[in-house]
Amino acid sequence: MKNTFVPNPKEAESIHIIREVAAQFEKPVLMFSGGKDSITLVRLAQKAFYPAKIPFPLLHVDTGHNFPETIEFRDRLVEELGLELIVANVQDSIDQGKVQEERGRYSSRNSLQTTTLLDAIEEHKFDACIGGARRDEEKARAKERVFSVRDDFGQWDEKNQRPELFDMLNGKIHHGQNVRAFPISNWTELDVWEYIKTENIKIPSIYFAHKRETFVRDGMIWTASEHVYREDHEEVEERMVRFRTVGDMTCTAAVLSEAETLEEVVDEIRASTISERGARIDDKRSEAAMENRKKVGYF
Amino acid sequence: MSTENRKLINIATAGSVDDGKSTLIGRLLYDTKSLTTDKLEAIERNSKQKGFDYLDFSLATDGLVAEREQGITIDVAHIYFNTENTNYIIADTPGHVEYTRNMVTGASTSAAAIILIDARKGVIEQTYRHFFINNLLRVGRVIVAVNKMDLVDYDQQVYEEIKSDFEALIEKSNYTEDQVRFIPVSALHGDNIAGGSDNMDWYEGPSLLDYLEGLEIDESEDNSAARFPVQYVVRPKTDAHHDFRGFAGKLYGGKLAVGDEVTVLPSFTSSKVKSINFFDQEFEEAIPGSSITITLEDEVNVSRGDMLVKSNELPKSEKQLSATICQVNSRPLRTGAKYILQHGVNQVLAKVDSIEGLVHTDFSGSEGTDQLKLNDIGKVNFRLSKPIHFDPYQESKSNGSFILIDEGSFDTTSVGFIQ
Repeated sequence: MKNTFVPNPKEAESIHIIREVAAQFEKPVLMFSGGKDSITLVRLAQKAFYPAKIPFPLLHVDTGHNFPETIEFRDRLVEELGLELIVANVQDSIDQGKVQEERGRYSSRNSLQTTTLLDAIEEHKFDACIGGARRDEEKARAKERVFSVRDDFGQWDEKNQRPELFDMLNGKIHHGQNVRAFPISNWTELDVWEYIKTENIKIPSIYFAHKRETFVRDGMIWTASEHVYREDHEEVEERMVRFRTVGDMTCTAAVLSEAETLEEVVDEIRASTISERGARIDDKRSEAAMENRKKVGYF
Repeated sequence: MSTENRKLINIATAGSVDDGKSTLIGRLLYDTKSLTTDKLEAIERNSKQKGFDYLDFSLATDGLVAEREQGITIDVAHIYFNTENTNYIIADTPGHVEYTRNMVTGASTSAAAIILIDARKGVIEQTYRHFFINNLLRVGRVIVAVNKMDLVDYDQQVYEEIKSDFEALIEKSNYTEDQVRFIPVSALHGDNIAGGSDNMDWYEGPSLLDYLEGLEIDESEDNSAARFPVQYVVRPKTDAHHDFRGFAGKLYGGKLAVGDEVTVLPSFTSSKVKSINFFDQEFEEAIPGSSITITLEDEVNVSRGDMLVKSNELPKSEKQLSATICQVNSRPLRTGAKYILQHGVNQVLAKVDSIEGLVHTDFSGSEGTDQLKLNDIGKVNFRLSKPIHFDPYQESKSNGSFILIDEGSFDTTSVGFIQ
């Protein structure tokens, strides 16, 4: 019997896309949040160029309100793999008066990230930003191309997207434009978790069940933190929770869970009747929350 | 069960406006319990807001504000769901004539197509067009879902008439009878979608989902010649891998094994496969669809856009091309126009020598023209700045297709299928 390589079709497609980004663009960057999707992207990029190093840096748009566990994880990963990390701080955008901190009950720094991201793209002259967005996440994302052209304001023209045929990717853009590239467009949340399990990829501890100070609002479990607005009557209680997505503390709700291992996490996802973005407070703002954010430059 | 063990099926939907494509997909998601509670609640809420007394499943797929406003699908949405044995990717494509280009987009990667027909309207011009495009793209299977059977009292006669009209179309196409399957359905009420139908006991075939579950996807591509377009040259230049020079790409067509004699195109130099690498492992052989890295025995000159093929199965290498073109941009394709032609990952310049004719999508032949407008399909002859290395589309989808890119706007303007 020959030792035959049998591909995982989704993995093979993603690697193909990542190599196209590296080949077609002058200055690509991988948008890294420290979440499971961007961690998966890093593994796929490793595979795409092995034994050479990943030929582009990582960019973290740091809201300053991240979970400390995620930041620790980020720094360790970058060091282990010898990668270059660029951090763009939302706090800087606030200090420069470019954006204003939101106030009140649902205040979050999530949408402020767009300005910081666009500034970082301009400053570093990135022409392609690789992101971990998946079409199964949200219905506006389901409309996204693999190579999504954005104008020099970062805007997405959802009615005039380039057709993508077969696996031929057209990355030709004008100076000032950039492309958002989404290698795991066709993966589902379960695909990502099964991949992390099969590949035994390390992920931040907040994805596993742990005790945390939390409070409940609108049926969702919020993290009790100085960064999260809370009213006096909203009672803090220690709960056994984990997170399904890792975003800004102010817009990422926890779920009650006992899952302590990857196997248990995968089983829990498989049995879940709530979508991943069901725990994203930023999507609940309106029916078109994601579409509206994407139009102005959000990834 | 892990993802790798499940079969993966890509499906595109097609049909006219208001045939119920989005509703059908929403129903499939609902019946396979793929709609999560929060998404279902959103559908219930929005259906109620719109004053419907039923669940409007199209809300699950029409993701853009402009789509929900108008109640139509504008762009392709990709929808995912799993059953025990199969991972499905469905491209929900628009029915409007002006969005035919997006339908081509969705169909290009699909192994099967669902063409919806409104039972009250029967076979109409859009049905011809969509069937023609599936035929042109060689989509392996076509499922004709005769929808809205509830609105014609589940009448078998209506279904049989539509079926027989459609069979006349099949005769004009390259499809054989067994590649096309007819199913009477009501997407709104769920008849013959994921389960059977009490309303149509005269229908003895499988439900839509049962049929999809049983589909054997025949990737005939696997039996064509091995083609390895080089995407990226891997040169680590580290102490551990000082002399490593690997060629990264995705393998199409046949298998490639260590020791195989290969020819590098366009230089026509020969060498042998020294190793097949994937991440930190080495393999003796790779099958089609593998994104691998290959090293060669000799120090031959290979760069991005070159192609490695087995020396005993060379493709055609030519500077003249005849192709069927589908125009996907509003700027017409005209004789004398120049484009960037992208064939796989390779780009050359191309000039339109002549347009042979505009093909009618109702299978009724062609007529002379000097331009192809948006959504037109025609036969075109090109002259290239450098030869490309291709197979006819009939033999290889990946090596027999290309896109044209406008030199000014950089838009993808056309897709071509090489004869």
